[in-house]
Amino acid sequence: MLASISTFALEGVRSHPVTVEVDVRRGLPAFTLVGLPDRAVRESRERVRAAVQNSGLEFPLMRITVNLAPAHVRKAGPGFDLAIAVGVLVASRQVRPESLDSTALCGELSLSGELRSVRGALAAALGARDLALGRLIVPPGNGGEAALVAGVEVIGARSLGEIAGVLRGEQMPVPATPETGDPDPRGGPDLLDVRGQEDAKRALEIAAAGGHNLLMVGPPGVGKTMLARRLPGLLPPPDLEEALEITQMHSAAGLAAGRLIRDRPFRAPHHTISAQGLVGGGAVPRPGEITLAHRGVLFLDELPEFGRSALDALRQPLEEGRVEIMRGQRTLEFPANAILVAACNRCPCGRPADSCRCGANERDRYLRRLSGPLLDRLDLVCDVRPVPPVQLVDEEPSGPPSAIVRERVAAARERQRARLAGTPARCNGDMDGRLTRLTVSLRPEVATGLTRGRESGALSGRGHDRVLRVARTIADLAARGDVASEDVDEALSYRFDGWERMAA
Amino acid sequence: MSGACERCLRRARLIAQLAPRITGMLARGRRVPGLLALSEQDLIAAAGGRHKDLVRERLASFDPDAERRDLEAAGVWAVCRHGPAYPAQLLDLPDPPAALFGIGAPELLELVADGPAVAVVGTRRPSPYGTEVAYALGRGLGAAGVPVVSGLALGIDATAHRGCLDGHGAPLAVLARGPEYAYPRRHRKLHEQVSQQGAVVSELPPGTAAERWSFPARNRIMAGLARLTLVVEAADPSGSLITAEFARDLGRGVAAVPGRVTARMAEGTNGLLRDGAVPVTSTEDVLDELYGVGMRPPPPGGTRPAPPAEAGMRLVLDAVEAGSSVDEIVARTRASASEVRVALARLEADGHVVRGALGGWERAAM
Repeated sequence: MLASISTFALEGVRSHPVTVEVDVRRGLPAFTLVGLPDRAVRESRERVRAAVQNSGLEFPLMRITVNLAPAHVRKAGPGFDLAIAVGVLVASRQVRPESLDSTALCGELSLSGELRSVRGALAAALGARDLALGRLIVPPGNGGEAALVAGVEVIGARSLGEIAGVLRGEQMPVPATPETGDPDPRGGPDLLDVRGQEDAKRALEIAAAGGHNLLMVGPPGVGKTMLARRLPGLLPPPDLEEALEITQMHSAAGLAAGRLIRDRPFRAPHHTISAQGLVGGGAVPRPGEITLAHRGVLFLDELPEFGRSALDALRQPLEEGRVEIMRGQRTLEFPANAILVAACNRCPCGRPADSCRCGANERDRYLRRLSGPLLDRLDLVCDVRPVPPVQLVDEEPSGPPSAIVRERVAAARERQRARLAGTPARCNGDMDGRLTRLTVSLRPEVATGLTRGRESGALSGRGHDRVLRVARTIADLAARGDVASEDVDEALSYRFDGWERMAA
Repeated sequence: MSGACERCLRRARLIAQLAPRITGMLARGRRVPGLLALSEQDLIAAAGGRHKDLVRERLASFDPDAERRDLEAAGVWAVCRHGPAYPAQLLDLPDPPAALFGIGAPELLELVADGPAVAVVGTRRPSPYGTEVAYALGRGLGAAGVPVVSGLALGIDATAHRGCLDGHGAPLAVLARGPEYAYPRRHRKLHEQVSQQGAVVSELPPGTAAERWSFPARNRIMAGLARLTLVVEAADPSGSLITAEFARDLGRGVAAVPGRVTARMAEGTNGLLRDGAVPVTSTEDVLDELYGVGMRPPPPGGTRPAPPAEAGMRLVLDAVEAGSSVDEIVARTRASASEVRVALARLEADGHVVRGALGGWERAAM
């Protein structure tokens, strides 16, 4: 008899529907698996056989052929075990095929018949919703995450035996409850912990408000990392849609804790990371750090120490907010919309100017390693200096706590959302050059500040757009409808001039 | 404009022809004192080697008109010691160059001849301190209308000229090879800028390559053109100290920027100071040395912008002058970081402060 079961293959961070066809007929006992399975999928024959037998069910001593359709998509990982096992049960008439109407299954089997969690359960649930499948059976550890998708009944089953019981109508299914999770109760690190650094705090606020990428320059130990860690806490908490996206990325990478992630991610990969690790890829493409930082913050400390290829690979995600990876004839897309915070020293040794021994060439080489396209996406440059020890010890916390800044940021973002409705951009930092000039118009008397900058050669054409974007955000923070001249002036003070003027 | 006489053009061409041989000769340890002061025939005898006759033959068939045409085609002008445009102070040298070939503004030579020029030289591997000082001095001198003579080498030389360019001054570069070709190559852009805003000169005609000996020979021209030779950072021994020595032998002023006593790059400069060089800590020190304490030449056209009228802005400007960071200004003025940045951007637009490429402000030198 022939059985046909719905399941999902994980492709990047999205799911792809797969039908498991099982044919059981008389003949020499054999178990064949076709349809581009990888090693882990081929090994699933052994797991399925043992799991079926150890669950008190019968494994037919017949000729079994399993096909994973569509046959041209590569199948990877152990997530097909459950669908294959249930397919065998249906084809050998131990479970009635009608009981599987509009039901999909995902899960890895242990030899005892218990289910183990898989990557990408949330993506599978989203796929089930899109295909209008009413029911999804997943391992218990994935239930809370898959149940987040409305419109799909998710059952978290502990074992194959339990599933067989449910399908035969002998047992009541236990629906999984969505684990909506809670935001970190401690609220993440707070700006109040940072003494001094008023200037850098202001830069962080602007970066958060407009989604601008930020470069912090200063010697080691002045608190660049500490400041960057506080940026996710300045952003408004993710709404449900964003939280689902964040959870989906982490689920696809096997990092989800089986519940909705309610905090904005902060990823800080070490500078020895490969291009693949940073933007994603591999024979079975997995999301990279920038995708894991989606809707959050990607922090690259020691920016010039990152490999050239890794930095070049950042170009597309920073431009377009997504990564495209070609595999065979297919293109996978990873969302990658994160705020980039980068940090670097002024020279390779990182010591303060009076004790630095780096030659001009070394310093030059260090800074030139940052390629042009990357720097074009850095809207804000902020110089971070050590805080005097006196201030560290006995001064009261200065500046507002993260919660207050977060409110201002949320209000500024709301203004941007209203203005940018109908465009691909969600915030000022997303605007390209054309959109910037279209959206941000300066009154003539305000434009003079910028014109002066251009005449004195301090500002290039691209730099001009960046200043406009940042000025727009500063005006949004101040709840101003039109960009005022002080907004342009402040934005000019964060501009990036390129390395030419550094070279000596 | 090719204001050089036939004799001088011929002599320059002869030296260019012999240039590689002089290198070989020096490499073999044969030193002839005052080589560049020798007459044509003595020069051939000293450096001609086995090909003396060939060199003589070429010299005899020298065609000044063809040479002038070549110069014109290369866009290079020339002045010689028999012409009025030749900077007279070079004649103090025991071996003044016969002719100077140059690109850019020939009027700059008159300016150097009339007023005092300062040679700013130093190491090719400066510390950030040296870079900062060289830039500030170059800029300050440029803004004060004092021509800055330097060698366009890596490090201090180039930084001083960058400062001079930014200060809208008159940079004069002296090369150790033909003037039309940027050397070192990474200074192509700087070479172009200097030739546009100032001039690039050399005693060697266009097309002559740099030789080991032509660097110290170039240094004597820098020392000869300048009234004061200022060494910013230099190890001991170094080419910069050679320039200082030429200057001292000519009775010109030698000045040096004090460095850390533990830094190798300050051994040369601190040694000069110990031997009586003028210590320089700012552009003012240099101008005091050139014009006398407190005396200044009339400002060259551009003047320092009037101080800002607003008291708050003056406060910020004073803080920048004292080297404060944005945070320190915030603490001092009790304004917000955002207000301080607005003030700084306005001060920058008005020319009171300059901003580094990676942030940070300093008082504009002038």
